Amino acid sequence: MNEQDNHIVTTKTFAAVWIALLMLTAITVSVAKMHLGAFSAFTAIAIASAKAGLVLWYFMHLKYEKRLLKFLLLVPILTLAVIIGLTFVDVWYR
Amino acid sequence: MNDSTQTAVQHRDYAGAKLGMWLFLFTEILLFGGLFLVYSVYRSMYPEDFHEAAAGLSVVLGTVNTVILLTSSLTMALAISALQRGNTRQSVLLQGATIVLGLVFLVNKYFEWSGHIHEGIFPNAPELLARSHGQVQFYGLYYVMTGLHGLHVVAGLALIGIMLSLTIRQRITREDNGKLENAGLYWHLVDLIWIYLFPLFYLIT
Repeated sequence: MNEQDNHIVTTKTFAAVWIALLMLTAITVSVAKMHLGAFSAFTAIAIASAKAGLVLWYFMHLKYEKRLLKFLLLVPILTLAVIIGLTFVDVWYR
Repeated sequence: MNDSTQTAVQHRDYAGAKLGMWLFLFTEILLFGGLFLVYSVYRSMYPEDFHEAAAGLSVVLGTVNTVILLTSSLTMALAISALQRGNTRQSVLLQGATIVLGLVFLVNKYFEWSGHIHEGIFPNAPELLARSHGQVQFYGLYYVMTGLHGLHVVAGLALIGIMLSLTIRQRITREDNGKLENAGLYWHLVDLIWIYLFPLFYLIT
């Protein structure tokens, strides 16, 4: 039994995360309306990643998990980064 | 490990089940990651076409669906913590709310897609093929990626439906809620993918 490891997150924390997610959504929509050109794709991805981080860290409980699981998440993320990076090297310099 | 439990407790490997669930989620990340790769290559090749094609999507509808899915993630997370505090009734209500929100998301998606199809914008439609190559690519990716995401919403709803019935029948309890937690992880992943789909399709400027 490992009930002792089970950290129960408070409703207050979850509500705060939810409000932060809604605020980030409002920011990304209004930033898109500012027509920042080439910069807009970067800000959209940055804000989406901030939201994804909040979902992973709090809703998906990663903050309270053991170190193994936190590091394991880096495996698919780094794999994707390498695949996307190498593909773009090909696309840009062919 | 446990020295104080008097009653016979069935062995449950929560850590193993959770690790297995995360490994499955990693394969899902790579599945959508491949599609994101195709998307980003085509967007870099046809930036103007993507910009023009994205103007055909409703930002309002996309934003509403984003809020719905984020809220459903909140209700799912709260359903799990409610059960962990021993409040089964509240957990059942919150799981039900999650399902309702997921269904509303799908209904919006239905109206969105039927709007496009009504305008003759769907894969291989003559009106779409008359447009530039980049726009055809954009809508192809739009249908494949939001469609695959939609299938994940349907699967997630079915999963939460099963969890809801197990919770009502006391098969998922305060002491034994690993299944509900893993279903929650899946639902949050569906939310996570939408977090990226939303700006990539609706907010290109």
